[in-house]
Amino acid sequence: MEELLEILSNLHPDVDFENCKNLVDGKILDSFDIITIISEVAEAFDVTITAKYILPENFNSAEALYALIQKLEDEE
Amino acid sequence: MNWKSVIRAVCSVIFVIVTLFLLQKLLVPKYASDVVEGNLIAEYYGEEKDHDVIFIGDCEVYENFSPKVLWEEYGINSYIRGSAQQLIWQSYYLLEDTLRYEKPEVVIFNVLALKFDTPQKEAYNRMSLEGMEWSLSKVKAILASMTEEEHFLDYVFPILRYHSRWSELGEEDVSYMFHREPVSHNGYYMRVDVKPAENVPEGRILSNYQFGENALTYLDKMTALCRENGIRLVLVKAPSLYPWWYEEWEEQVEAYAEEHELLYLNFLELTEETGLDFSQDTYDGGLHLNLSGAEKITRYLGGVLREECALADRRGEADLSRAWAEKISAYEQEIARQQENAKRQEMAEEEETTE
Amino acid sequence: MLFTSYEFPGFLLVLFILYYIVPKRFQWSLLLIASYLFYFMANPYYLVYIAVTTLTIWFLGCRIERLQEEQSLYLKAHRERLGKEEKKAYKKEMQRGQRRLLLAALLLNLGILAVVKYTNFVIGNVNGFLHFVGSGKELGLVDLLLPMGISFYTFQAVGYIIDVYRGTCPAEKSLFRFALFVSFFPQLVQGPISRFGDLSRTLYGEHPFQWENMSRGLQRILWGYFKKLVIADRILTGVNEIIRNPDAYAGAFVLVGMLFYALELYADFTGGIDITIGVAQCLGIEVTENFNRPYFSKSIKEYWRRWHMTMGSWFTDYIFYPVSTCQPMLKLSRFSRRHLGEALGKRVPVYLSSFAVWLATGIWHGASWNFVVWGLGNWVVIMLSQELEPLYRRFHGKFQVGDKASYRFFQIVRTILLMSCLRTFDCYRDVPLTFKMFGTLLTVHNWNILWDGSLMALGLSGIDYGILFAGTLVLIVVSLLQRSGSVREKIGRQPYIVRFALWYGLFLTVLLMGAYGIGYDASQFIYNQF
Repeated sequence: MEELLEILSNLHPDVDFENCKNLVDGKILDSFDIITIISEVAEAFDVTITAKYILPENFNSAEALYALIQKLEDEE
Repeated sequence: MNWKSVIRAVCSVIFVIVTLFLLQKLLVPKYASDVVEGNLIAEYYGEEKDHDVIFIGDCEVYENFSPKVLWEEYGINSYIRGSAQQLIWQSYYLLEDTLRYEKPEVVIFNVLALKFDTPQKEAYNRMSLEGMEWSLSKVKAILASMTEEEHFLDYVFPILRYHSRWSELGEEDVSYMFHREPVSHNGYYMRVDVKPAENVPEGRILSNYQFGENALTYLDKMTALCRENGIRLVLVKAPSLYPWWYEEWEEQVEAYAEEHELLYLNFLELTEETGLDFSQDTYDGGLHLNLSGAEKITRYLGGVLREECALADRRGEADLSRAWAEKISAYEQEIARQQENAKRQEMAEEEETTE
Repeated sequence: MLFTSYEFPGFLLVLFILYYIVPKRFQWSLLLIASYLFYFMANPYYLVYIAVTTLTIWFLGCRIERLQEEQSLYLKAHRERLGKEEKKAYKKEMQRGQRRLLLAALLLNLGILAVVKYTNFVIGNVNGFLHFVGSGKELGLVDLLLPMGISFYTFQAVGYIIDVYRGTCPAEKSLFRFALFVSFFPQLVQGPISRFGDLSRTLYGEHPFQWENMSRGLQRILWGYFKKLVIADRILTGVNEIIRNPDAYAGAFVLVGMLFYALELYADFTGGIDITIGVAQCLGIEVTENFNRPYFSKSIKEYWRRWHMTMGSWFTDYIFYPVSTCQPMLKLSRFSRRHLGEALGKRVPVYLSSFAVWLATGIWHGASWNFVVWGLGNWVVIMLSQELEPLYRRFHGKFQVGDKASYRFFQIVRTILLMSCLRTFDCYRDVPLTFKMFGTLLTVHNWNILWDGSLMALGLSGIDYGILFAGTLVLIVVSLLQRSGSVREKIGRQPYIVRFALWYGLFLTVLLMGAYGIGYDASQFIYNQF
């Protein structure tokens, strides 16, 4: 989780990722950001978030994203 | 829903219908001082419908024959259901329409319209069809006449057609919203001015002189309709020098008249008998006749009608005579008005040249 | 049948009446019949194309789902017995099957789209090449039927099968229900490109008559006609005059043409969508919004999130994300970071993927180089503004302009102008001419045309300009009001007499000031042929 939060705040230092729950619906993250996150996550966690998982509910909060990463790690 | 909202809804609907109706009345062209031909077709419905002779056709009937002469000299009560560039199917359906009200003894059709086999111009369609009262004949006439760009709904709700006229509305549009002054004399459009015919060009060579199939079908229908109703159909070709009347067309009409035993008068070949003089008797260089020309050929036509069709002289009928006396006075007033206008114009022109 | 034909309101009237008197469970069947009739009346041959797309996508979608079910059943049944490696191998095998079906669906349907839409474009380019190498040979162009709205329904169907493949939406088992999704007539002509998950929520439901839906729907339709007939079709005369006679209208005229076109395109496209969504609302069906006041955007990137939104999100979901998250792209990302530095290297894959998106967007809009250049132009502008972002930030920090109203206004005007410039590429005949016309903006000094009466010679009269000015003002005011919620609801809260006056007034405006009927070209909605 720490690692993920670091990735996120590198992207947008001004956003409180720990508490924000509408990163996508609130238009804080755009498609460019999402792609950057995915490639960073691939680097850091060695999981690939494929297009089918790019849904607002998976990216709306750091928590949801972390849950997704864990789920994908399990499947691998 | 309570009573209040029902009443409100009903009031709104009525308001909408009334305002749309008034708007439509306001927006349709009135043809009052310009292109008065647009009013010809509608004027018929205000008449006492008891005519012996009905003319149908294009400008070659409504500018070239004067029913006043037929009445004054032969006691024949006639009416012209003419309109600008009236196409033959329009003539046919106007005849059908006329038969809803009366059954004349003679119908006179001018054959120039045979040259058109397909719908021509929206503007002329409008002038020929809009004035008709609604009937199955009108519906059929519209369907037969529409050009590709036209739509039936535009005839049902003319406001759709004329919606953009709001920017060019004038005083006339308000004053003639519900009532229009008559512009014709039993369908005759009078002109008294003179412009001699000079150097009328010959018709250019056509690739095909055969009348179209569609046009001929309507001529057949017209012949049949007259026969069914015991009406004598007379074909005429007015003496207009232009549009050119081709020899090939003449032959076809002559053959048709012979085959169906119809009387056919070609006034182009009757100039001696009618005494028509194209240096005097036309107001636009030979396209249409002026008053003196129209009276001349109508006089001749009346003679033929009396001889051939045995039409009774109705000058003894009191009501009819009274109606005609009024019409003749209006006719003469119109002559005086036009002469006055012409004089005034002449003087103005003279002044201009002396200055 | 165009939305602006007299037949369309008649068609709607009959449909609405039938829709609310047939038993509710037949409502969607009626819509299917109406949609096919609508398409049939446009051209009977179109039905062949849409039927092929419907059948293949439906069938393959069901097949893919069957494989998925098989897979999960098998895995569940053998959960204990299979080792991790075996499971993985089995999954891989099953997914390969699904992918094959998906590819078949995509190849066939995008293939049809490509053939009918782009064959002549390709032939033209081949001929250009042959000419260039000096060969005397030339290929003849082919006369293919381009079905109305094929780009829209193909994309909608393709989006559906990708969703099924991804498992984000269930396959539709009924062929006829699926056929309605593909052919739903209000959005057949020009979108929006709906997602199955969104549209199916209300498309097949039972809808009792509700005055609220009907009146709101009709109000929206009327508003759409106002935009389309009063504004778009009126200014069209001026737009065409300028772009069809480039020799006569250079310099400042190019700018005038751009701005006219910006207004026309907006009024035309959003007006059409208003009619679409309004018709659906009358039927109790919810169609996704396609615009969100795009001309209030402060950057091109934002503009594309607010203009033709369903297309934008389609490209994002089905092209941008797959391309940028595929293995080679991730590898490239690692590589570029290592060699180009962290900051720039991170952006390389993003830029490459969006290059693909914009190339596709351009080609989707039209089969010509104009659209390719237009699409890539958008890409360049977006990339540049992304690269200049730090610079902006420094500028904003220094001058404290970030939240001043005047600066926001400047940004909005800048965005509109930039978009208008880019759009010029889909106006003029070809790309070199467009560049030449841009050049005349600098070389031909005829700014006096803006006030010396030359604008009156574009086929638009003083009255036309008056109507356009007032109409644009209304558009702006309505957009401003919209920011705090639906304008129709705001009007709905007024007293009856005010509501009546507003809506009847709008109706009369369309009736009297609409550019329809004889004298105006029956101009098709611009987005028809896409």
